[in-house]
Amino acid sequence: MNIHEFQAKQLFAQFGIPVPNGKEIRTPLAAEKWAAKLNASVYVVKAQIHAGGRGKAGGVKLTKNCAEVPALAKELLGRTLVTHQTGPKGRKVRRLLVEEGADIAKELYLSLLVDRDSGWPIFIASTEGGMEIEEVAAKTPEKVLKEPVDPAVGYQGYNGRNLAYGLGLPALEPTILGSFIALLDNLYRLFMEKNASLVEINPLVITQDKQLVALDGKMSIDDNGLFKHPDIQAMRDLHEEEPLEIEATNNNLNYVKLDGNIGCMVNGAGLAMATMDLIKLAGSEPANFLDVGGGATKETVAAGFRILLKDRNVKGIFINIFGGIVRCERIAHGVIEAAKEVDIKIPVVVRLQGTNADEGRKLLQESGLKIEVATDLWEAAQKVVALTGKKRKKVEAAS
Amino acid sequence: MSILVNKGTRVVVQGITGKEGSFHATQCKAYGTQVVAGVTPGKAGQEVEGIPVFNTVRDAVKKTQCDTSLIFVPPAFASDAILEAADAGIRLIVCITEGIPVNDMVRVKRALRGRDVRLIGPNCPGIITADECKIGIMPGFIHKKGRVGVISRSGTLTYEAVNQLTTLGLGETTCIGIGGDPIIGTGYVDLLAMFEKDPETDAVVMIGEIGGEAEEKAAAFIKQHIRKPVIGFIAGITAPPGRRMGHAGAIITGGKGTAAEKMAALEDAGVIVVRNPAEIGKTVQGALSPRGSV
Repeated sequence: MNIHEFQAKQLFAQFGIPVPNGKEIRTPLAAEKWAAKLNASVYVVKAQIHAGGRGKAGGVKLTKNCAEVPALAKELLGRTLVTHQTGPKGRKVRRLLVEEGADIAKELYLSLLVDRDSGWPIFIASTEGGMEIEEVAAKTPEKVLKEPVDPAVGYQGYNGRNLAYGLGLPALEPTILGSFIALLDNLYRLFMEKNASLVEINPLVITQDKQLVALDGKMSIDDNGLFKHPDIQAMRDLHEEEPLEIEATNNNLNYVKLDGNIGCMVNGAGLAMATMDLIKLAGSEPANFLDVGGGATKETVAAGFRILLKDRNVKGIFINIFGGIVRCERIAHGVIEAAKEVDIKIPVVVRLQGTNADEGRKLLQESGLKIEVATDLWEAAQKVVALTGKKRKKVEAAS
Repeated sequence: MSILVNKGTRVVVQGITGKEGSFHATQCKAYGTQVVAGVTPGKAGQEVEGIPVFNTVRDAVKKTQCDTSLIFVPPAFASDAILEAADAGIRLIVCITEGIPVNDMVRVKRALRGRDVRLIGPNCPGIITADECKIGIMPGFIHKKGRVGVISRSGTLTYEAVNQLTTLGLGETTCIGIGGDPIIGTGYVDLLAMFEKDPETDAVVMIGEIGGEAEEKAAAFIKQHIRKPVIGFIAGITAPPGRRMGHAGAIITGGKGTAAEKMAALEDAGVIVVRNPAEIGKTVQGALSPRGSV
């Protein structure tokens, strides 16, 4: 789960990582009151959306004039920001972070994540703060420093020194060494205690008066660890999620919306991805990823159907089930029930294989519903693409 | 021969009195696996389908000489269960549980390092040696003794591939689901090395997916050390970056972990990469037949 910058900074503050004095703002009036209280030399008004690239997209405003803050807030609130991470539709700004500006002497990059290969947490740091780290890694890999932390003993001072000297910090600013090492210690504690999968501070700045400040903050929490943290669960912002994905989550389904026009419903994540790939190979594009899981029931299949049909791009449906623990006749019952409930006007191809597949296919064939039944995977994919294509052509001819 | 497990493997099921645990313990036993013990704290003295239940893995090992553990414990307690098994002297731990926090696995993986124990999973379907021993949740009936080894990050996609192999009459030696999580106990490399040494395995099917760099690492190893034919499939060519596709580990981050990169790395290592998941079996058949006969 991703959280907003202002929420990440609240957690930073709780763990002793210095952040600018700031507050979450939802109205221009609140902005006015907070700015007056803040009484800073520079005010920063930042749009809060779950996407990077906000600065370039005009989502971050600066002013030295306290009186201008409400107007800047008004300008940003309700605006749709399009960044390289939001997609062309962009994200509507509903919340702001209004904070004091910093007098920057030097910008650094710092993040912490788990290295999948070794299974160790690893700090990544660079002197090239404020830039995207992938870009720095591609152009100047020598400027990206990595410091793994042995999880058996946790963060040690030497981890911090390795990075500090590697970055040339003591030469740059001798007084900063101690606070840098302490900041990394706090960051590691935050990461482990809150089950983070990524904490990124970009930039981490050294101010003119030689203080370290986390000027930006990004944090993702491991979904599997969320159950331990009601405080972080409360930070979930449903506006940042696709409505169909929320509905899917509420029905214990794993759904990701895509841009194609063939909706797919599959049991198992790997097979679901392979099915999407197969649709592309057959000449069309998948409308979604939908994994109904190993324990699919009539109810989950029906819920999956409803979600697929709510996506207006969906012009055909491909259900691909490999019955292992899940018995195919149960899936067939679910499909029949759901199909009776909702009036399905688009082609549906169901491919059943594995446990009780024959029985499931027979149920579907005898249901009287307009459902194409298949056994062979490739044949089924080609069929759904062919049927969907025809349908689309007809619509075009009619209009 | 086969790898890791066979007729002689003695299994303890941790979490055996739960819904999943009891169902699958029964299924494994019916397949012919020696399920000799179960563990659920507080339930010692009970039986599940004739399998004695113990309070601790230590007791189970002492009384039944079990050497392999199959774990169905809920995510919040699964890391504890893995470490308990390791401490009790279990040599192979198969963890089915999905949803274990990554940080828990960070600690578990570190604790198991350097010890004489192997972890398969978590978040995996388990391991099966066809017609001998099933330690997991896969449907047994699709497997048939044969000459192909299977290693996969997925569940049902593995069943799909296995079903193709069986239908074509090729059959399998051992099939291992290594798990869909970012941090897993055993990766491709160790298993590829075992299959290379197994005289009964003639070819290996390797099923990967987006996320991480495990397939790239496997490719480098194959290039150096594997002489048997390897047939690879990577799921997720249509997956968008930055989105988690069901499995906790299936996510393209910072432009890394794409299907295209993985396919390229595997092809460079001499792996036959299948584009169409419906043609995995046929491709293996082609690779195994003497030149020109198919």
